Amino acid sequence: MDRTTIDLWVGVFVALGMAALLGLAMKVGNLTSANLGPTYSVSAAFENVGSLKPNAPVKSAGVVVGRVDSINFDGLKFEAIVKINIDQRYKFPKDTFANIYTAGLLGEQYIGLEAGGDEDTLKNGDRIAKTQDAIVLEKMISQFLFSKASETKADNAEPIPASTAKASDKKSAGKTLELGDPGF
Amino acid sequence: MIKLLVIGIGRVLRGLGTRMIERVWRLGAGARLFFLTIFYSGESFRRFHLVMREIYFTGVMSLLIIIVSAFFVGMVLALQGYNTLQKYGSSEAIGVLVALSLVRELGPVVTALLFAGRAGTAITAEIGLMKTTEQLSAMEMMAVSPIARVVAPRFWAGVISMPILASLFSMVGILGGYLVAVPLIGVDQGAFWSQMQANVDFRLDIVDGLIKSLVFGVACTMIALFEGFDAPPTAEGVSRATTRTVVISSLTVLGLDFVLTSFMLAV
Repeated sequence: MDRTTIDLWVGVFVALGMAALLGLAMKVGNLTSANLGPTYSVSAAFENVGSLKPNAPVKSAGVVVGRVDSINFDGLKFEAIVKINIDQRYKFPKDTFANIYTAGLLGEQYIGLEAGGDEDTLKNGDRIAKTQDAIVLEKMISQFLFSKASETKADNAEPIPASTAKASDKKSAGKTLELGDPGF
Repeated sequence: MIKLLVIGIGRVLRGLGTRMIERVWRLGAGARLFFLTIFYSGESFRRFHLVMREIYFTGVMSLLIIIVSAFFVGMVLALQGYNTLQKYGSSEAIGVLVALSLVRELGPVVTALLFAGRAGTAITAEIGLMKTTEQLSAMEMMAVSPIARVVAPRFWAGVISMPILASLFSMVGILGGYLVAVPLIGVDQGAFWSQMQANVDFRLDIVDGLIKSLVFGVACTMIALFEGFDAPPTAEGVSRATTRTVVISSLTVLGLDFVLTSFMLAV
């Protein structure tokens, strides 16, 4: 088969296209950073997952150690069951704390794992018992307003109810927080 | 008086109906040409040098316009994006903005529009002129199917070229955006690339963009081929067909883009 200059140019063209696609895949896309290797699956129950989405990162000490696999609603307990896949290289103690954080002020939400001190480690199919929900801005604001209101009441020489004093100490809307306050 | 009005309205309605029927007829003829092209494409793959020649004319010759416009589109995106993003204190997200808008939308769409203007018109004019000078009839006389010999190689060349051109467009555009964002404006280059990598998904963004450009390639090339094949064999007919190629291709690409995007985002 005799070669022509057209073949050369088409070859250059196709090679350029391949290089562009490779560049897109490697430099622009997350093809290189997304693969975690073998993982094990752990679930955690949250009362509120906020805007957490499947495939959101799971971070520990700021390093991505896994991804959110699925988010389902438990109709019996009215909780969100979040399944996460963690890289098999990383073992976490059984009493690891799972929080939902937000990257930046308006960024995407991710799960942060804070290792506990237990000797046993989480295994495939285990459930993380200690969780903290996503922060809901409206809840925080209403709590703040309520605590402000109770402060002004306290100035009017009324004793502070124990539960509200506790609520105003809390910085975030944790699961332990009493939500039965009259402010809600 | 009333009789005149009724006649006038009747004439308008008849005109509309004729145009409508004409459109439907052309759509049917276009679909038939499409299936015939698919049917005859085996022959053009056996004689692949024909396709190579057409890739050279449609793809390689479009490289310059694609690369230059991609570069400028990327630079403008970075400038405009920075201007707005820095108001919200998130100018590092400029890499994501440039990459996502190029890979998802602008890459496939602008490439298709440029392709329709650069290569589609050439295809229509060439085939229209072949028809006018009775080259197509001569081929039929020699028992050579003009669809197998002329239409199918051009079709496959367009379909192959378009994704290549679109990925080149996206990549060059991102490089243009990088050039404006990092050395010119002074966005941190680590943030530029890392935010981009964190937010651009290979399957959902890059592959979907490629699928779009493939569909646009089929649509643009087929429209250009049909317009050429269907052109009245006169100088005026060919010139009108060329204009129609650009108009119909552009509208089809934009309409298809909406449909494809809604499918892709719904999943």
